[in-house]
Amino acid sequence: MHGTTILLIEVGALLFALGMLGRLGRRVGLSPIPLYLLAGLAFGHGGLLPLSASEQFIEIGADIGVVLLLVMLGLEYSAGELVGNLRASARSGVMDMLLNALPGAGYAFLLGWGWQASIVLAGITWVSSSGVIAKVLGDLGRLGNRETPVVLSVLVIEDLAMAFYLPLVTAVLAGAGLIGGVEALAVALVTVVAVLVVAIRYGHAISGFISVRDPEALLLSVLGLTLLVAGVAAQLKVSAAVGAFLVGIALSGPVAYSASQILSPLRDLFAAVFFVFFGLSTAPADMPPVLLPALGLAVLTMVTKVLTGYLAAKRVGIALPGRIRAGLALMPRGEFSVVIAGLAVASGLEPQLAPLATAYVLITVVSGPLLGRLPDYAWFKALIRRFAGQGTSVRAAQSY
Amino acid sequence: MRVRVEQTPLPGIGVRHDLVTSSGRTVGVVSHRNGRRDLVLYDVDDPDSSLASIPLTDDEAEALADVLGASLMLGQLAGLRQQAAGLLTEQIALPAGSPYVNRRLGDTRARTRTSASIVAVLRDREVIASPGPSFLFEANDVVVAVGTREGLDGVTAILAGDH
Repeated sequence: MHGTTILLIEVGALLFALGMLGRLGRRVGLSPIPLYLLAGLAFGHGGLLPLSASEQFIEIGADIGVVLLLVMLGLEYSAGELVGNLRASARSGVMDMLLNALPGAGYAFLLGWGWQASIVLAGITWVSSSGVIAKVLGDLGRLGNRETPVVLSVLVIEDLAMAFYLPLVTAVLAGAGLIGGVEALAVALVTVVAVLVVAIRYGHAISGFISVRDPEALLLSVLGLTLLVAGVAAQLKVSAAVGAFLVGIALSGPVAYSASQILSPLRDLFAAVFFVFFGLSTAPADMPPVLLPALGLAVLTMVTKVLTGYLAAKRVGIALPGRIRAGLALMPRGEFSVVIAGLAVASGLEPQLAPLATAYVLITVVSGPLLGRLPDYAWFKALIRRFAGQGTSVRAAQSY
Repeated sequence: MRVRVEQTPLPGIGVRHDLVTSSGRTVGVVSHRNGRRDLVLYDVDDPDSSLASIPLTDDEAEALADVLGASLMLGQLAGLRQQAAGLLTEQIALPAGSPYVNRRLGDTRARTRTSASIVAVLRDREVIASPGPSFLFEANDVVVAVGTREGLDGVTAILAGDH
C-alpha cells in the first residue's frame, strides 16, 4: 500500500478510537486526558498496536497541540485579569510553588537523578491542571462558591508562572547550564512584561487588526499569528508554548471570545494527538518499575496541594469546609505536567522520567476529581463539622 | 436601606455578584463570559458553599428580573398610600393621539402644573422606574403617577392633550 494510504488508515483509526474512549470517559465522569495517555501507551513501541506510518504526523500534530493548548489558555485570561490576580494573590502563588515544586525537586534527588531532571520534576508536581479543575468545578456546581475565586487565582498564577518556567527548562534541557537558564529567564521576564504592558495599553489596537465578522479569516489569521509567534519564540529559545500563551493574552475583547470559540475544536483535536504522542513515547514495559515511586510522589504532592488550597482559602477568611474544598479541588495535575515532561523526553533526559510522569499524571488526574467530590457527601460534612466543633465553631469562623 | 452587592472576578469564567439579604441569606449571580447566567443560593450552615446553582437563559433572567423589580415597586407604592392619606396612585395609559408621544417627560411639566409626580412608566411589560425629565414617551406607554385626586386628573388631561 501507498504510504499515505496507511497514514490515513492509522490516523483515522486512532482518532475514531479516541472519540469512542472520550465518550466512554464522559459517561463515567472521567477527564479524557488519562484515556488519551493510555491510548498512546497502547499504540506505542511495544504496545498492543504499534503505529508506523503516522508517527511523524503525530509528532508534528503534538507540537501544534501544545501551541493550541497554550493559546487557548491565554485567550481565557485578559492581561488586566492576570496583573490584578498577581497583585491580589501573589503570596498564595509563592506558597503554592514552595509547597509543590520543592517536593518534586527533592524526590528527583532521592531517586538519584541530576539537577536538570529535578527542575523538570519540580514543574511536573507544581502545576495543577486548570482545564480539568475548571471542568470539575463547573460539573459540581461550585462556580458560585466563595472559595472558587481562590482556586482560580492559584491556577492563574501557576499558568502565568509557566511563562517563566518553560523558557528556563527549555534552556536547561538544551544544555545551556544554569547561567543559560537564568539568561532565558531574563529574556522571558522582559518579553512577558512587555507583552502585558502592550496588551493592557494597546489591547484593542492589536485586536483591531483582526476582524470578527469573517470566521474563516479569523481562524486563519489567529492560527497563523499564533504559530508564527510560537515559532519565533522557539527560535529565540523562549519556548514555543510561551509564545502562543502570550498571543492569547495579547488578544482581547470580542476577538478573544470569537477566536476561542473557533479554535476550540482544533485544540481538542491536536491536544488529543499531543497526549497520545506523549503516551507513545513511553514503552508500557517501563511502567511497572515506576508505579510505586509515582504513587508515592502523587500522594505526597496531593497532600501538599490540599495544604496549599487550605492556606490560600484561609487567607481570605473562608471557613473550614470551604478550605478543604479548595484544597481537594487543586489536586489534579494534567496538561502542563505532560507538556513539561514532553520537553524533557524530547531532549533525551533521564529515561525513567517519561514513564514516571505518565503514571503520576494518570494517578492524580483520575483520583483528584474523585477525591474532589468528597466534601459533597453528608458523612464527610458531618466529619468536618465534628472536627470544627472542637475548636471554633464553623459559624464563628466566618467573620468576613 | 441600601443593598451592598459584592462583585468578585472569576478569572477565565466571568464574574460573580452576591448580596446578603436582611434575613441573613446570601444570593448570588454568576455571569459567564459566554452569556450564561447562574442564580446561586448559598447554604445557611456553610455560607461559602452554594446549595443550588440554577442556569438561566437571557429570557428567563429578564423575566425574573421583571417579576422581582415590579413587585418591589408596587410594594413601595402600596406603602406610600398607607403613609399619607389622600395621596393616590394611578396607572394612566398614554392615549394613542397624545401630543407627548415621542416627546420628553419634561415637556409635560406635569409636576409643576398638577403637583402630581410621574414615578414610573410601564412599557412592554417592563418597568422603567423614576424616569427623568429627558425620558422619551412612546405610544402604548402606561404612566404610574402619585398625587391627589385633582392632581392625577390633571396629569390625565395633560397626557390626553386637553390642556
